[in-house]
Amino acid sequence: MKNDRGDIELAGVCKSFDGATYVVDGVNLRISDGAYCCFIGPSGCGKTTILRMIAGHDDPTAGEIVIGGQNVVGLAPVQRRTAMMFQSYALFPHLTVRENIAFALRVRGQSKADRLRAADAMIEKVRLTQFADRLPAQLSGGQQQRVALARAAITEPRVLLLDEPLSALDEQLRVQMRQELRRMQQELGITFIHVTHTQLEAIALADLVVVMEQGKIKQAGAARDVYAHPHDRYVAEFMGGQNVLSGRVEKVNGASFTLAQAAPDGIEVPLLARPTVNVGDKVDIAVRRDDVALVRPGRDLPPGCTTSLPGRVLAIEYQGYFVKVMLDTVPDDEFVAYVPEKTFFADPFTVGDVVMATWATGSALPLA
Amino acid sequence: MSAVLADMPKTDMPETETSKTVAPAATKAIAPRTGRRPWTFYVLATLFAAYVIALYGPMFCIYILSFQDIRGGLVFPMKGHSLHWFADLVTQVRTGDVKGSFDRSIKLAVIVTVITVVVSFLAGLGFRKRFGGDTFVFYMMIGSLVAPGLVLGLGTGLLFQALGLNASWYTSALGAQLSWTLPFGVLVMFAVMSRFNHVWEEAAYDLGASRWQSIRLVMIPVLAPGLVAVALFGFTLSYDEFARSLQTAGSLNTLPLEIWSMTLNVTSPSLYALGTVTTIVSFIVIGASLGSIVLIQKKRGSSAKG
Repeated sequence: MKNDRGDIELAGVCKSFDGATYVVDGVNLRISDGAYCCFIGPSGCGKTTILRMIAGHDDPTAGEIVIGGQNVVGLAPVQRRTAMMFQSYALFPHLTVRENIAFALRVRGQSKADRLRAADAMIEKVRLTQFADRLPAQLSGGQQQRVALARAAITEPRVLLLDEPLSALDEQLRVQMRQELRRMQQELGITFIHVTHTQLEAIALADLVVVMEQGKIKQAGAARDVYAHPHDRYVAEFMGGQNVLSGRVEKVNGASFTLAQAAPDGIEVPLLARPTVNVGDKVDIAVRRDDVALVRPGRDLPPGCTTSLPGRVLAIEYQGYFVKVMLDTVPDDEFVAYVPEKTFFADPFTVGDVVMATWATGSALPLA
Repeated sequence: MSAVLADMPKTDMPETETSKTVAPAATKAIAPRTGRRPWTFYVLATLFAAYVIALYGPMFCIYILSFQDIRGGLVFPMKGHSLHWFADLVTQVRTGDVKGSFDRSIKLAVIVTVITVVVSFLAGLGFRKRFGGDTFVFYMMIGSLVAPGLVLGLGTGLLFQALGLNASWYTSALGAQLSWTLPFGVLVMFAVMSRFNHVWEEAAYDLGASRWQSIRLVMIPVLAPGLVAVALFGFTLSYDEFARSLQTAGSLNTLPLEIWSMTLNVTSPSLYALGTVTTIVSFIVIGASLGSIVLIQKKRGSSAKG
């Protein structure tokens, strides 16, 4: 009885290549069947190693990898029913598109007629029919990616593993192929695990975003959770879009606490899920860049805002629908406000202006 | 050595990657040609022409003199022109055992080629990853390239004698020649392997290919042009090998040995005719090899048209 479930469980997975340093260090994660999961982190954080261990190209030093309820450690990729799409695709240069896609069926000993028929069906699915007899070298990057996708999908895997699939493409194509990946995932209805170092790619695609650092998972959750509610400073800074401030707790007042900062009355921060905060603790908080409003000194703060931080405008970047305003509010660190275009140009600032940065009290987020 | 090994595993993607990302204009004209050539061009061109003449001139003397008629001698000036000495080559017995030695040389070269290709390929597979003592093994192999061929042949001959074995072209001479062709073959193979992207192997494994299938269906076809180059090396090195064969060929000569003995006792242009014929054979082999490489490359569409 074939098991078609593609849910994955990583339990205490470790990997060390030299016996001393751990590239992957005790990773626990559950990925549900049919999910689109993105591993994201800087290079060397172990995300590709995790992918390769799930794929069966590397064995974990310790821990279990369970796919569809079955521990697959030690099994070959075909037995795991996983398929991998390699970074820069690894298409066989001497085979045509059709032969590349039929390769998996060929090594299974399927007859030529059968496998070419199956390959042609798959070629149609990825819309490459007119390129079926071309060699990989004669295809564009996007077409090569589709061949790689088709070549992996023809094995009917329950999990498809993609190693930085979009990194070889130029910007425009990347957005286009991103949609194509999502479409293919929905069409095939299988689990996709996608490794990337591009934040935008991860949050645009994934049901489950896994942020990694130095072999450990920093946070795993829905894209919106990870982006809007980062656990800690690392995730907040890595995912971007947040200003991170730190300071000592001045006083705790019920459902919120006050952070001593350059602001006249400190910064009021809701406690939220944070269990305990004591006076004197050093705490990091995050404020979304698009939650920050800028007002000229002496003007009234918008309603709901109790905190305001003074700062001088360091630089202004026009980004189209918003304007990125960089302030020197936090010494030695970035502090940025994304001001809607129309708001900004109603009363434009110039570099050197002193402004007050403010935000609704509820939007400050305490970090772990 | 370590440089060679370090090079091997991390080849980047095939050229296709770059050819696709680079704009067409950038792939052309590495050195843009301006109207006038600098004077250094003419100096270097003259030097190169002189080099080519020095390289091929002596051989052309032989080829030209082999086309004399029956009055022909061993030196210029040329006396008449005919194919007389070529006919003489195959009809006259006193000129030596040309046909027999030619047969032996071709057979020996084919055997040497097959063994060289197979062993070099296996060595290339073996050296994909570092292993304990790999540097030692590599230097041992290169060592036999440096060893003087004549001495090595002499030693092989002596060893056979000491063991009570008869030296012959297909035993002792074969071994002596392999000591020459194998290191060359392996060196070429290393260069070839360094261009092989090991992700292809991984992709084959991922798609369910066994090790043997991945070698047969991916490695060998991808490496085919390189394997032809190794074969070419094996064949040509064996076909005109002299030093190592001299003391190891036993009672029956290979072609180079036969030619050499002819220079001692044959005083007619048929010697030159023989030189011309063997050169033609060499060129046919080289042409066929290069032709097949070009054919493979062409079929693979390395001149990628979008």
